[in-house]
Amino acid sequence: MKQLRLLIVDDERHFADALAERLELRGFKAQTAYDAAQALEALGSAEFDLVLLDLRLPDRPGTDVLREMPGLGAEARVVVLTGHGSDADYKECMGLGAKDFLHKPIAIRELSEILLRVHKEES
Amino acid sequence: MNRLTALLVQAVRPRFLNPPDMAYRGVRDYRRVWFLSIAGLAAVSLIPLLILTLTDYQLTRKALQLENTLRLVRIASNTRRTVTHFLEERISALHFVLEEETYDRLRSPGHLEAVLKNLKVGFGGVVDLGLINADGVQAAYAGPFELIGKNYVGQPWLQEVRAKGAYVSDMFLGFRGAPHIVAAVASDAAKGRGYFLRSTLDMERLINLLSILDLGASGDAFLINRQGVLQTPSKFFGKVLDNSTLKVPPYSEHTQSAVVEDPERGPILVGYAYIKDSPFILMVTRQQAETMRAWMDIRLDLIWFLVASITVLLFAIYAISTYMGNSLYEADVKQATAMSHMESTNRLASLGRLSAGVAHEINNPLAVINEKAGLIKDLLELDPKYNADERLIGHLDSVLDSVDRCGRITKQMLGFAREGSVEIQPFSLDKVVRDVLSFFEKEAVYRSIDVNVAVAPSLPDIRSDRGKLMQVLLNIVGNAFQAMRNGDSLNVTAEPHGEDRVKIRIQDTGAGISKENMKQIFEPFFTTKSGKGGSGLGLSITYGLVRKLQGAIDVQSEEGAGAAFTIDLPLTIREVRNDESAAG
Repeated sequence: MKQLRLLIVDDERHFADALAERLELRGFKAQTAYDAAQALEALGSAEFDLVLLDLRLPDRPGTDVLREMPGLGAEARVVVLTGHGSDADYKECMGLGAKDFLHKPIAIRELSEILLRVHKEES
Repeated sequence: MNRLTALLVQAVRPRFLNPPDMAYRGVRDYRRVWFLSIAGLAAVSLIPLLILTLTDYQLTRKALQLENTLRLVRIASNTRRTVTHFLEERISALHFVLEEETYDRLRSPGHLEAVLKNLKVGFGGVVDLGLINADGVQAAYAGPFELIGKNYVGQPWLQEVRAKGAYVSDMFLGFRGAPHIVAAVASDAAKGRGYFLRSTLDMERLINLLSILDLGASGDAFLINRQGVLQTPSKFFGKVLDNSTLKVPPYSEHTQSAVVEDPERGPILVGYAYIKDSPFILMVTRQQAETMRAWMDIRLDLIWFLVASITVLLFAIYAISTYMGNSLYEADVKQATAMSHMESTNRLASLGRLSAGVAHEINNPLAVINEKAGLIKDLLELDPKYNADERLIGHLDSVLDSVDRCGRITKQMLGFAREGSVEIQPFSLDKVVRDVLSFFEKEAVYRSIDVNVAVAPSLPDIRSDRGKLMQVLLNIVGNAFQAMRNGDSLNVTAEPHGEDRVKIRIQDTGAGISKENMKQIFEPFFTTKSGKGGSGLGLSITYGLVRKLQGAIDVQSEEGAGAAFTIDLPLTIREVRNDESAAG
């Protein structure tokens, strides 16, 4: 099976790094970005299948990343993973094309299943 | 009739005096306000009434007294004219005889008898007639006595008649014990030597005149002389020729009145007049008590009027003051209830925001713990160089379980109820209620709990968030099932309320909620099921969800008598652009 390329966008380095390592152990190819700028840069320079996006980033809101992705030609599917989500955030993100909206903390098994499902959905 | 009385009593009962234990006691001293209102209103209405009545009382009494006095004086005045006329008439008759006749003719035998006969026919009451010569000796006489030759020299009446030309004597009981007076006139000195005509007059007619005066039962009219000796009979003040018990009034030319205190008969109103050219004083009396009898009637009327007015006024004042007091009290209670309701709503809202804030802040570190512990476990399990250690993995599993539990709590705290769609959609409330109750069907049968649903058929489909409403109903019904004992019953009703709202009522006959718990029931982490797996978030979340559905939730309960939750929702939820209530 082809390795899925995943970008984890989260300003909490400990979280992002540990999650990246755990998903690597589960067969993903994970890369991390700690703010919106890094994320957009990574999305512009490489291709990803999936993005795990936090909404609270130090420089700009995560929704900005969602908004600008089409302009970069990035086709990765986005799953929001946040500790601060509200109904309004949910509506906004889904409106901007996010495929799912998850809450921290989440069990690794559940997360990886969702990621795989989201990837499979259309392809 | 009984209902009317009860209604009246209810209307005038000061409810603020003894508010029930549960009720709000108010911020004012209602008793004081009430008393002040009654006292103030009573003062401003009763004092003028009393002054007016008292003034009227005095004025009426004075007017009546004056009227009585004037009436008596009028009677006395008229009677005085009668008496004066009576005496003057007879004196004039004697004068006429002296003018008409000469001394010698009067002396001639039989002539005086003829004159006496004429006088008796003309005036009546003339007993005898005597001619006294200038020396004071009886020269001729006609009448029943033997008086010829009697010498009157030195007697006071002779001197007086000589000096004044006429004389009237005091009364005496003469012929047959009847009252008589003696009248004498002197001849004109120009006609020769002065001689006199003397006559005894019967006073019966005068006494009759006095006795027929209409003076009422206590009235009396009589003559006294200037020494106070009764000249005619009196009903109350003594017999003829006795001293009158009334004092001789001071001399006055005109008719006068006076009030005299009588030791036996109380105050006596006296009208009196000195009769000119006689020793007589006319006395007309009435007992004042009797003259004021009309006044007694008026006074009784006045007192009745006063008592009735005061009673009506006091009742009205009491009723008005009580009504005002009750209104004030009820307004205060209403305000306080509204305030306390608002306070609790605000408190719950800020508690909701606080717990959501806490949940948000905890989620990130919780996620770090989750990933770090998860990574360690992954490495232990998956990387052969760490050589899976069952004990370590067990510890890590309990860390991960705890994180999971915390995560579930924070999710609840955030009030997330995103089962399926959050889209607002039209749906049948009846169906939602029955769907929710179907989850409890088996338990209800097993515990023989009687479940009744009554959704008003007139209720249209509502537009709201079906998932959130389901969670609300699941929570409340779930709580009800926990509170109910076997054999209890649960009633769920829904009916339209106002124009565009619906009221859902979930009532159980379970254990109920204590007074203290009622205050905290919607607060997060408040639970009575501690140690039995309750997080204390259920009703807090329910509260938050109902608020999100733009509704209100309320609870009524009495410990041991079940509880009733009422949810008031709009039939159509308003679209809210920025979801401010999300945190609440």
